[in-house]
Amino acid sequence: MREALDPWNFVIAAFAIGIGGTLAMVAWSWLTMRRAEARRDATRQDRAREL
Amino acid sequence: MHRLANPARFLRIARWLTPAFLLSGLVLAGLALGWGLTRVAPDHLMGETVRILFIHVPAAWLGMAGWMTIAGASLAELAWRHPLAGIAARAAAVPGAVFTAICLATGSIWGRPTWGTWWVWDGRLTSMLVLLFLYFGYIALADAAAKQGEGRARVAAIFGLVGAINVPIINRSVVWWNSLHQPPSITMGGSSIDASYLVPLLAATLGSSLIFAGVVLARMRALLADQQAEARLRRKAMAAA
Repeated sequence: MREALDPWNFVIAAFAIGIGGTLAMVAWSWLTMRRAEARRDATRQDRAREL
Repeated sequence: MHRLANPARFLRIARWLTPAFLLSGLVLAGLALGWGLTRVAPDHLMGETVRILFIHVPAAWLGMAGWMTIAGASLAELAWRHPLAGIAARAAAVPGAVFTAICLATGSIWGRPTWGTWWVWDGRLTSMLVLLFLYFGYIALADAAAKQGEGRARVAAIFGLVGAINVPIINRSVVWWNSLHQPPSITMGGSSIDASYLVPLLAATLGSSLIFAGVVLARMRALLADQQAEARLRRKAMAAA
């Protein structure tokens, strides 16, 4: 006897993982980039002040 | 390619290309997934679960394309000592691993109602899982190499090249071995997928590829900025000593 599985539960779970994972990766990469560039710019300004 | 070897020139181009790739990719992938979720008719065999393929197929393509990016960049690093190649390879590793993990998870979710099981140890699924572990190994090796200097970076580049052998194995696995996984639907000779599925599938794949490119550029910019900040701090410490 086949189990009665609601296919929409699987569709929603797959979309949540795919979209959630992609958006989290985009946000993390963007924030990491902004932080790294702000840190570089801060060291550049320190250097300029010293000179 | 060699015109981009200058980090300053690369950063000038990447500054506007990063948001352009990310925004266009998010819009295109969003529209394609929305279309696939609400407008496409259920398949006569798979039913509603066919919609999972609009997430699963682009993720599978980018999992493999991510490793080919690592392999290509590693070759450029080893053969031509391209100054940005090692950074490009490192930047592609995390998005490649994320898309491989999404491919495995969504494939497993699709398999439960369609095949009646979450997982089988066949050629396609196992070689894709091996790819995920290769990504983990590469990320750990490249991070350790970056902390220990240029000589160690060659080890990560060689690992990136050798690991590429797994990509054709993934691609041909459904032809070489018996598998629950279906044989290739899109080949050089054409597609066996109906246009009503193929168009949103290709749009979702193109959108996801633009997102991948935008994430790689963002991560390259972060790695370059870290290197520049570290170099300045080192110079400052040496001047103070």
